[in-house]
Amino acid sequence: MLMLTCPYCGIKADETELTPGGEAHLTRFGPEASDEDFESYLFQRKNPKGVHFERWRHAYGCGKWFLAARDTATLEVFGTYPAQSKAPPKRLLTAIRRKRPGWEGWE
Amino acid sequence: MSTRLASGGRLIDRETPIHFLFNGRKFPGYAGDTLASALLGAGQQLMGRSFKYHRPRSVVASGHEEPNALVNLGDGGRFEPNQRATVTELYDGLEARSQNHWPSLEMDIGALNDLAARFLPAGFYYKTFIHPRWAWKHLFEPVIRRSAGLGRAPVERDADRYEHYHTHCDLLIAGGGIAGLQAALVAGRAGLSVLLLEQSPHWGGRSPVDGATIDGAEADDWVKIALQELESLDNVRLRLRCQVAGLYDHGYALAVERLADHQPGAIPPRQRLWRIRARHVLTATGAIERPLAFASNDTPGVMLASAVRDYVVNWGVSPGDRTVIVTNNDDAYRTAIALHEAGLVVPMVVDARPGVGGPLAETVRALGIRVESGKAIAKVLGGKSVGGVAIAAQAGEGAVLETVPCEAVAMSGGWSPVVHLWSHCGGKLIWDEVSALFRPDPARPPTGADGSAMVTPAGSANGALLADAVLADADAQARAAVKALGARLPKSAVPQVETVAEQPLAATWIMPQGAGPALRAKMWLDFQNDVKVSDVQLAAQEGYASVEHAKRYTTLGMATDQGKLSNINGLAVLAGALDQRIPSVGTTTFRPPYTPLTMGTIAGEARGVLFQPLRKTALHSAHEAARADFEPVGQWRRPYCYPRPGEDRQAAVVREVKNTRQAVGLLDASTLGKIIVSGPDAGRFLDMIYTNMMSTLAPGKCRYGLICSENGFLIDDGVVARIDEQTWLCHTTTGGAERIHGHMEDWLQCEWWDWQVHTANVTEQFAQIGVVGPKARLLLETLGGMDVSKEALPFMHWADGRLGGFPVRVYRISFSGELSYEIALPASQGLALWQRLMAAGEELGVMPYGTEALHVMRAEKGFIMIGDETDGTIIPQDLGLSWAVSKKKADFLGKRAQQRSHMTDPDRWKLVGLETLDGSVLPDGAHLPAAGENANGQRNVQGRVTSTYYSPTLDRGIALALVHRGPDRMGEEVPVQDGKGGTVAARIVSPVFFDPKGEKQDV
Repeated sequence: MLMLTCPYCGIKADETELTPGGEAHLTRFGPEASDEDFESYLFQRKNPKGVHFERWRHAYGCGKWFLAARDTATLEVFGTYPAQSKAPPKRLLTAIRRKRPGWEGWE
Repeated sequence: MSTRLASGGRLIDRETPIHFLFNGRKFPGYAGDTLASALLGAGQQLMGRSFKYHRPRSVVASGHEEPNALVNLGDGGRFEPNQRATVTELYDGLEARSQNHWPSLEMDIGALNDLAARFLPAGFYYKTFIHPRWAWKHLFEPVIRRSAGLGRAPVERDADRYEHYHTHCDLLIAGGGIAGLQAALVAGRAGLSVLLLEQSPHWGGRSPVDGATIDGAEADDWVKIALQELESLDNVRLRLRCQVAGLYDHGYALAVERLADHQPGAIPPRQRLWRIRARHVLTATGAIERPLAFASNDTPGVMLASAVRDYVVNWGVSPGDRTVIVTNNDDAYRTAIALHEAGLVVPMVVDARPGVGGPLAETVRALGIRVESGKAIAKVLGGKSVGGVAIAAQAGEGAVLETVPCEAVAMSGGWSPVVHLWSHCGGKLIWDEVSALFRPDPARPPTGADGSAMVTPAGSANGALLADAVLADADAQARAAVKALGARLPKSAVPQVETVAEQPLAATWIMPQGAGPALRAKMWLDFQNDVKVSDVQLAAQEGYASVEHAKRYTTLGMATDQGKLSNINGLAVLAGALDQRIPSVGTTTFRPPYTPLTMGTIAGEARGVLFQPLRKTALHSAHEAARADFEPVGQWRRPYCYPRPGEDRQAAVVREVKNTRQAVGLLDASTLGKIIVSGPDAGRFLDMIYTNMMSTLAPGKCRYGLICSENGFLIDDGVVARIDEQTWLCHTTTGGAERIHGHMEDWLQCEWWDWQVHTANVTEQFAQIGVVGPKARLLLETLGGMDVSKEALPFMHWADGRLGGFPVRVYRISFSGELSYEIALPASQGLALWQRLMAAGEELGVMPYGTEALHVMRAEKGFIMIGDETDGTIIPQDLGLSWAVSKKKADFLGKRAQQRSHMTDPDRWKLVGLETLDGSVLPDGAHLPAAGENANGQRNVQGRVTSTYYSPTLDRGIALALVHRGPDRMGEEVPVQDGKGGTVAARIVSPVFFDPKGEKQDV
């Protein structure tokens, strides 16, 4: 059972307090989008064995959505940050690169 | 025959004799016995029958790894199958029954399988039961069901109570042998919070039996001294009978504490599930001895050498007068010494290794015991018990050199560290060529949230098998763990152990090594599942080269023991058959729990009324007083109907519908979701959430709205009321309140976080009462205080005010097609208003109505119900709701998705009404068959019924259905499944069966 720190209330929350929300940093495509862009936005998801950025909600806590950088294979958590972020914080990316040399990046 | 010795037995209390029942017969035992030791002590060796061949079986081991001695334990509400006799603590009056035999343990019909064994090889399930096809259902399955399976399933409700306990610690230590104790001393002295859990009722593990002198004291005494110190430390918690059952992500562990298994009913709870978050875990789980594979090694009386030693030393039980020892290592010589010291005879030590020497062998020789080097057991003689062994050269094919009469055989094929917990959360193993064992690979440990090692193995669990190595390793590993946790290392020395050096083991997987097919077909690897050397070799021959495939094909390592005893033997035989090295074959995956958990422990307190929270509306007591027939709606309980004396459900529903349509009815609508959406950008936000326009709704007005997912599918509906310039109140379905609130928050927080909007789910803050029917206005007027006329409060408007003194918000909305007011007020006053309405409406004929009358009336009006007409694949356009999907708005959730070709396809199934020609009620979910077959040879289908009711208003069956191009086919007759194998003719009609112009609700 994972444990993630909610960046809003600061609580180290058990997985049972959280609801998962899938891949983070998706760009929404609306009515004017091409079929390809819309399909990619709605259905195409990364499934990396390694570093991944995910959405989580502290559902049985403060109710806030946040984002987490996590290794899907080792379950190492690199950090969590507010959902109101267009990109992962630079500090976090530096820390991940230090631990995972050769990492392909988040985009 | 096994028997109780006249003296000895360090764990039994000979002053406290007790009695128990086995298969209905009364047996004597002592306090401190296990069921297995007591049965052996009483001369009852036969304890069960094997799974496949029904061969007679006795106990092989003395711990949790036992594959054979499984019993049905207890009775009634305390009945439990598959309990291991070896770890079942004896208590006075214990009742056990052996398993897997018919009609009796001694005389078992299924044993015929044994004679047919050559026709039941590995994978026979897959080969035998294929043809003819009819035979599976009518012949094979019934026979297999009767004869297969281990214990019986309990029939009665569990009589015991269970609980869950949550805790945190710095260091969790699994295992209270000398390694675990030493680790606890190191970590405890360092001031860490330590949790030391031991699965058995005794501290010290194997060391008191195996014998060791630690810091000048006997092992037993050293254990006592260590415990005294640990008990004096406030930061150390100690528990016996508490097994760490599984390790999970980020230091989460489950442990099961057996509080009352040995004293049923004495104290609740029976078991406690520990849910532990540990910063670090140290596994001091010891090692398990391996059997050797020789012919008929499953005969009752053949046991692990360590188990024989345990029964003699711990429980004063003799396995038989004469015990032959067969081994490939030095450790089994300790059994020879223990038997000799107990006054029993060891006719021979059969050692597979050539040229045996070393101190232990010399000690045994000096006792006058014959030691035969380079020898093997060719086969065990006897049937239901050991009569002797035939000796052959290990290097040969099994030519018998001599036979040695004996009553028991003690075997040792070396030791396997218990690496389960290490492996549960991803730790990898390496093969230790010298000791022929898999042990934790320190380079590939399970890692925690910070990416560093989360688990440290110690002692025998880490491959250190001798007492001096065990303590040195435990000390070093504990120190490393303390350091990793950032605590200060205590100043203390490693306990000094006087050891006897051992000679290296010789890996021995088959005995004798050149044994032919006849012998190999009698060499058991997995005793519980009857998997033999020949089965594994057959699997390899048939191409099951992967260890995971071979496991499934042969059943090696399955069922309740999960192959604790002999998985490694199986792997080694597989590796041999594939001509590969053991590490390249690898192991199967170890998964939690370590031993089976009872379901009651997993459930804990979550049973009966505590299984899940129950939600009751503010009016619940009024419904109870009116003898409502409740139904669950999510976690809510809502009245389905209010039957009067002599009425069944159907009659009550008919009465409630008629009364509401003709007079006035009251509905508890409190469960409907109520979400306040407020802020400068609230209108813009709701325009994105709903498919229709909400920003243009005028304050004081209501509008029916639809919510779709981004994928275009309808997920909820309800009436939205505009409260003021910046505030809307959104009604959701009963089941949708939390979900839709979450949906809104998701989009607000993660996509449009710069919009100034906030939401609040106020569902439970308000009671809501529907006053419905032609006399609804009259009823409200008798309460007075508010103008509820058509002019003052028109249809689809709302107003705040006071009714009969209650502060209310009244909505003119209708889900029944009748004149209808929904009255919301603070939940605390809901009951009083309900009672006032019931009293004031008596002369008008007011009656409460339940959810079923609600459903019938909404179906008569063709109103959709989320979950009936929708199933996650339905878009508003399918339901004739295109009018509620804005064409003006540039964007809303689901708009782009609804533009896709499949969504605009005219061939979609769409909502219509169905009327049977004979007036009958269609079955729920019935299909509308069409001509021809699809690619799979199945009948084509052109639609399905989504809602179907008897309409009291129309006195006939009515149904809503999704039908291929339905609205284009009005008046057409179609066949509908009648639920009895045939079809019934129905006509496609408008889904609005009653008052199509909506005149009744707008008065």
